[in-house]
Amino acid sequence: MDRAAIIGVGMTKIEANKSRETFADMAWEAVNKALDDAGMTIADIDNVVTTSSDFWDGRTISCMAVGDASGAADKNISCIEGDGTYGAFYGYMRALSGSYKTTLVTGHSKGSQGVSSLLTNAAFDPIYERGLGMDMISACAMQANAYMNKTGVTPEQAALVSVKNHGNALKNPVAQLPMKISVGDVMKSEMIADPLRKLDCSPISDGCCAVVIAHEAVAEKFKKRPIWVRGLAFRTDAFFFGDRDLARSNALAAAAQDAYKMAGITDPKKEIDLIELYDAFTYQELLWLEEMGFAEYGKATELLAQGQFDIDGALPVNASGGLMAGHPVIAAGLYRIAEIVLQLRGEAGAHQVKKAKTGLAHGVNGLCGQSHCVWILDQER
Amino acid sequence: MSDIFKGIEPLIYESKINVPYSWWAGDTASKFFINLRDEKKIIAPRCGSCGKVFLPPRKVCPACFTENTEWVSVSDEGTLVSYSVARRKLASIPADKKLPVVWGLVKLDGADTAILHFLDDVDPGDVKIGMRVKAVFAEQRTGGIRDISHFKPVR
Repeated sequence: MDRAAIIGVGMTKIEANKSRETFADMAWEAVNKALDDAGMTIADIDNVVTTSSDFWDGRTISCMAVGDASGAADKNISCIEGDGTYGAFYGYMRALSGSYKTTLVTGHSKGSQGVSSLLTNAAFDPIYERGLGMDMISACAMQANAYMNKTGVTPEQAALVSVKNHGNALKNPVAQLPMKISVGDVMKSEMIADPLRKLDCSPISDGCCAVVIAHEAVAEKFKKRPIWVRGLAFRTDAFFFGDRDLARSNALAAAAQDAYKMAGITDPKKEIDLIELYDAFTYQELLWLEEMGFAEYGKATELLAQGQFDIDGALPVNASGGLMAGHPVIAAGLYRIAEIVLQLRGEAGAHQVKKAKTGLAHGVNGLCGQSHCVWILDQER
Repeated sequence: MSDIFKGIEPLIYESKINVPYSWWAGDTASKFFINLRDEKKIIAPRCGSCGKVFLPPRKVCPACFTENTEWVSVSDEGTLVSYSVARRKLASIPADKKLPVVWGLVKLDGADTAILHFLDDVDPGDVKIGMRVKAVFAEQRTGGIRDISHFKPVR
């Protein structure tokens, strides 16, 4: 099979309200950063994939708002609605298709411009569920209750995810919410939907991320050391919560196994050096780690408390601060990929982890982690 | 961003996405809602191949990829699979609901999958996964999911 690599990344700073920037302004910044990073000009890009959501952007065919700023004029531009990891998945397939050599992938959203509760309520089935008025936070609270009931994990234990990730964000210049906080601060913050308090939830954010994916034939012709895609998979669970075991994520377990198989990884705990995952809520970091095989079910909290997931721990998780420190919907998974690329190049700056040869980036689509996308990235082919 | 904006409030264009939209409920949901409205009965389709009974009702068995043609009655009582308690007035909460709003994922006796609905007539602190709950039907029923008013604990 042909190979592809990520050869450029660009991130805007994640902010609560980029009121002075349009979608195109954000894309212009992220795309130019990615091109500069790769040592390319827009003429070196032969196709573009944008990732956005019409509902979040308040317009239909929302990708068209960023086409010009993504240099898509006269190029083949295609659009994905969903998390940025899925847009990048499509970009990767294009790089391998034989038709293209260099794919620019962007993901953007401005949570500040809409009403998250109403937008996520619209993800529920309109006939059977939407009128009941649940949204992303109340739905994930339901998953958190199911997970905690089954595992015995407590809200205090999960709160440590918030402490770690907000703390890591102090070292990440693009993070929105760097904070030195304690478990007590999390437990004293406003209860939004039991057991999720304000500091258990990722914030509303604005941001855009861009990456350049290149076929192996050209991956080494530009400025930066290519970061190779070794494994890549996504899997999707049932839509209705009542069809799933909400306390688990079978889709993530399957996606991770597929990605490990493609990468030839037999012992992920030993072979993966760091992880950037989709911690939209504190309990999710624990559940996602467990389903990907980095801890026994219900036991990730013990490794977390031992400091194993710290920046200087045995397996750094969300050294960037993760979604806790900034959650631009749609772009968030693409930020995870970009962060792993910086780490594997040794360019992560103050939040650089020591051993970084092989990294895992993870994105989520849908309510309560209905669909998961897992990337295994590596310094070596 | 450019310095021309220094010290100046950004221009913000206030608008809303407000598009009337009508969903055809489909024959499967219609049959379910007509039974709620007219009979105060909860019915569900069963897969002819694996025998699973689905709530909310749907036309195709997701596991067997066959059309569900048979309908069965399920109990108005069941078990709470999980729950959620909103303490903040989330924008998505219907105007007629008062805080705290409790939602339950309820597996009714006779069904193989659980359905989302409100829990009420209970102190949120007393809600426990595994508790037994029973459907309370709305007095005014119009053929929709809120023809069930809520579920309440079985005492």
